[in-house]
Amino acid sequence: MLEIVLFWVLAAAALVFGYLVFRLDSMAQVTFALLASFLAVAGLVLLLGLGYLGVVIALMMVIEMVIMAVFMIMFMMNPAGLMPMTMVHNKAGSAVIAIGTFVVLAAGILLVDWPTREGEPAPDPTFALGEALMGGQMLTMMTLGVGLFATIVATVVLSTDRGRYGGER
Amino acid sequence: MGEMPVVPDPAALPWWSALLLPVLLGFVTWLALVGDAAFAGERAALAVPGREVARLLVGQRRRTVAGDVVLGRIGAGVLPVAALLAAAVLPLGERPVADLSVGVVWFNAMEVLAWAAVWMVGWGSNSALGLVGGYRFVAQGLAYELPHMFAIITAALGAESLRLTTIVDAQRDLWFVVIMPVAFVVYLMSAAAMAFWGPFDAPVDRDVAGGAAAELSGVDRLVFAGGRWLLLVTAAAMAVPLFLGGGAGPLLPAWVWVAVKTAAVLALLLWLRHRFPTVRMDRYVEFAWVVLIPLTIAQALAVALVVLGGA
Repeated sequence: MLEIVLFWVLAAAALVFGYLVFRLDSMAQVTFALLASFLAVAGLVLLLGLGYLGVVIALMMVIEMVIMAVFMIMFMMNPAGLMPMTMVHNKAGSAVIAIGTFVVLAAGILLVDWPTREGEPAPDPTFALGEALMGGQMLTMMTLGVGLFATIVATVVLSTDRGRYGGER
Repeated sequence: MGEMPVVPDPAALPWWSALLLPVLLGFVTWLALVGDAAFAGERAALAVPGREVARLLVGQRRRTVAGDVVLGRIGAGVLPVAALLAAAVLPLGERPVADLSVGVVWFNAMEVLAWAAVWMVGWGSNSALGLVGGYRFVAQGLAYELPHMFAIITAALGAESLRLTTIVDAQRDLWFVVIMPVAFVVYLMSAAAMAFWGPFDAPVDRDVAGGAAAELSGVDRLVFAGGRWLLLVTAAAMAVPLFLGGGAGPLLPAWVWVAVKTAAVLALLLWLRHRFPTVRMDRYVEFAWVVLIPLTIAQALAVALVVLGGA
């Protein structure tokens, strides 16, 4: 019962905040409305029993949106939130696309002939999901991950030659 | 390969402990404030927190022109809420309020909310200095968060679990601070930094007239400053289950040991703030990226080899 209530509350929150992204006129508020929508989705993933994925979505989205806020406000059309802006350009067209996509996806959910469950959920769904996704490639993925991360660190090191006060060390 | 890990049954405190957690956390924070006042050499340190709270409660809220009240208020409110939610996975004695299987990640996710919160507060007042403070925190955030994450993950790696009670159990023979000293030191530094505390208080520093908190007064300032203290206390307390063996110790019951160890870590962080001036941001960011991140990765590698060798 509680799960059903939570599902509807979170689903509604995800939609409402997603809608607000296109209604609010301040880039800062838009960014955090988007974050709120993502957090509601993270809650839905938690409801599925995927604890790790849900919490990681929340963690990554907070970090991502804060960084995004910096760039969006820097590049988008309401400098420092002083002038009202809108996220929508082609109003009629974007509304049609958005509503159309929503209707198609929702119809898909209702119309698809879902298979009945066979067997039991794994004791640790996160572990099972990781196995299913990566399987034998775990070592490759880990090596890639560390390699990518080393590249990021190296790039930052190379690009930050000077600090705020010039080249002195 | 492919064998399922055994999922232990959660060992959480009864549900009503969730109601006591804010009281407990508030009480510890109160003590920490008294300790801080004593460190600063104030007379009548015991009365300082109460006096300050009363002053802020009766103080008037400052209104700024064209401020973003919605974001500002949410930002300030998020700080204490995030600290409380993070504290839910903290073993108080042997058991936490919520024994999540992903406790470590949950704690970290709640901590980074502070990042968004400080920026929102800085933005909310529509003041140049507030905005400078907010952007300072965002600019340094990754340099704080990445070593922090690796330090926490190293503890989880040592126990092969993200569940805090399992991490505590894994330290029955040897505290993690012994086998992963680098991770412990980095954790302490970055925990202080994530609560923009001590030498890392550039976002609310005096050189920008209080930074993100520049325009806060009255209740708003109380919530913001209180939330920051709660965050610091939670982060300090989390060092105990992660690295200091949780409630392990001779003679005394587990909760006393948790309290003693938490007090020790908090005292260290308080001392750090009074001992060192604010670190220049670009210096610390460079240090974090060039030194701390590789160090923590090397530490994680060493622990991983130990774990693999022991298995």
